[in-house]
Amino acid sequence: MYELGARVEAYGNLRESLTQALTTPWKALRRASSNGHQAAEDNTFWALKDVDLDVEQGDTVAIIGSNGAGKSTLLKILSRITDPTKGSVKVRGRLASLLEVGTGFHPELTGRENVYLNGSILGMRKTEISAKFNDITNFAGIGRFLDTPVKRYSSGMKVRLAFAIAAHLEPEILVVDEVLAVGDVAFQKKCLGKMAEACAQARTVLFVSHNLAAVEAFCSKAIVLQQGVVVFRGAAKEAIEYYLQSLSSEGSALASHIVELSSAPGRSAKYRPLLKRVELYTENNRPFRGELRVGAPLKAVIHFNLEEPCSHFDACIAIDTSSGQRICTAHSAYEPDRVHEERTGEQVFVCDIPSIPLVPGEYKIGVGLDVASDEVDWVDDAARLNVLRADYYGTGIMPVRGTFLVQNRWRLEPERQEVNA
Amino acid sequence: MDSTYQMVIEPRKGWQPVDFRELWAYRELLGFLVWRDIKVRYKQTLLGGLWAILQPLIGMVVFGVLFSRVAAVGSDGSPYPLFVFAGLTLWSFFQNGVSLSSNSLIGSEEMIRRIYFPRIIVPLAQIVALLLDLVISLVFLAGLMLYYRWPLSLNVVWLPFFLFGSCLATAGFGFILSTLNVRYRDVKYALPFFTQMLLFLTPVLYPISHVPDRLRVFLSLNPMAGMVEGFRYALLGSPLSWHLVAMSFTGAIAMFVAGLFFVRRMEISFADVI
Repeated sequence: MYELGARVEAYGNLRESLTQALTTPWKALRRASSNGHQAAEDNTFWALKDVDLDVEQGDTVAIIGSNGAGKSTLLKILSRITDPTKGSVKVRGRLASLLEVGTGFHPELTGRENVYLNGSILGMRKTEISAKFNDITNFAGIGRFLDTPVKRYSSGMKVRLAFAIAAHLEPEILVVDEVLAVGDVAFQKKCLGKMAEACAQARTVLFVSHNLAAVEAFCSKAIVLQQGVVVFRGAAKEAIEYYLQSLSSEGSALASHIVELSSAPGRSAKYRPLLKRVELYTENNRPFRGELRVGAPLKAVIHFNLEEPCSHFDACIAIDTSSGQRICTAHSAYEPDRVHEERTGEQVFVCDIPSIPLVPGEYKIGVGLDVASDEVDWVDDAARLNVLRADYYGTGIMPVRGTFLVQNRWRLEPERQEVNA
Repeated sequence: MDSTYQMVIEPRKGWQPVDFRELWAYRELLGFLVWRDIKVRYKQTLLGGLWAILQPLIGMVVFGVLFSRVAAVGSDGSPYPLFVFAGLTLWSFFQNGVSLSSNSLIGSEEMIRRIYFPRIIVPLAQIVALLLDLVISLVFLAGLMLYYRWPLSLNVVWLPFFLFGSCLATAGFGFILSTLNVRYRDVKYALPFFTQMLLFLTPVLYPISHVPDRLRVFLSLNPMAGMVEGFRYALLGSPLSWHLVAMSFTGAIAMFVAGLFFVRRMEISFADVI
């Protein structure tokens, strides 16, 4: 029908540092009168630099990046709340942005009145709001409280009403900023459902989120922002991979994938230090830096020493909760193709765990060595495992309680007809 | 292939006038904000809309006693209470308009930081909402005129003219002050004092005819001077200097236009500074 696109040519955004205003008041005064649109000075900060994007109609694009990467600034520019310092954005189609729900809600007005007010603020015409009024209130589930002032609502009710209004916006281009991180689990599911609907209706969606599971489920493309610069653009799954990889290569903050076990603190005094080191890898042989997505594989390369020749020895990798409760064990004795041959000296065991379907959270990895069925070495807490959310089920939804994710399929039985005698 | 709706977002440079087409597109939002301001202003108050007349009424009583019993001041022929109530009606509109609109932008911080709309709507809505209060006061004024059996002359056709002028002046001040208030909160603190002083520098409590010539020139610079005098001319038949009216209207229009440009220019940085 019509071509939709948003093209962003090279631009940047200038943010003044407050310290500058304090330390150089004359300059600050000059800058204030020229409204900040001056040539960049040395110590100014570019929230975004040289961002160049094309978004086609029907694209669902995620914008991911660490905090401070410039995601919110990009959205603010698209929402025309902040002007870009340089460059331009060409937009074809009605653009609505959801940077927060409930904007403009007035506590003294009733729910009904706020639906109209908020709807108008978000850009809906009065006739549109009236037409969708029932849908909105049913989605929110406010019911008989519609005519009481909003200041009497619980925070959950306010959020539901606010989101219900926002969910019924039908713009051609929707720009969303993490508003889905509100409300209780049941409501979040409803909101994700509405988002899915939006994507199914071939609307163009730009989605900023840290919820990588939702990003993977809904978005076809993604861009990764790092310190104001676009470092990756492409398919969503690859972008997520890239992003996680960049996190792990950020160095000192995260663990090394090579864990020295010769003098590890998690080893009790009664054990001999036969385990030398363990190297951990995840999918595509990427070094494991402490973070892993749900369902991703884990490979452990265990280096150990056998003091005497023996043929009956085993190693194990154990995953415990951070409080020390055993979750699962990978043990070389479980390997059906295991061949027992006499070995002595330095040896290497490689353990491949194809998938770690643990509920996102913090876990510990322990490494053990058995010789002749006796536990001869054990290092508790050799490495930390932080399982990250990922789109395990393909719906963007994940459990928060429990320990494991199990495969499960559901179907609703067709209605049974009454059989008359 | 351009479709029906296209927009380009780019840095706005220099001084630009308000985009009236855009303002028209946002008229519904303006309407909703006016409705909201009216509804909310007197919610949970006992007296509700009565507050619209209480301000000039109490002023009338106090100043009436002060300036007719304690220190006699002329009133261009009409009974002093009527004279002062008329002046205070219009003055209340101006004073409340300026004070409410100047705080309106910082009061809508949340909206400004999250949604796009022409920011001028916010102070404008406050002033439009006050027109309702003005109408209520005018009704009471009509009642007062009946009480004093003061006849209405043909001059009343000029009433809309002076009301319009007052709106221009109020809006002009409102736009400029609300914009300044965003960056320099001093405005919030300085304003009550200055409007109080301005009350005495505007011929509200006294007719300008009683002011010595040299001072009169100085007072004529105040756009509201001509509006208040004109308002009384229209309703009460008080004498009027058209020269003063011309000066005041020029001033009001200038303030209004300056306000329009100023808001538009500064609104770019509101979201960052507010």
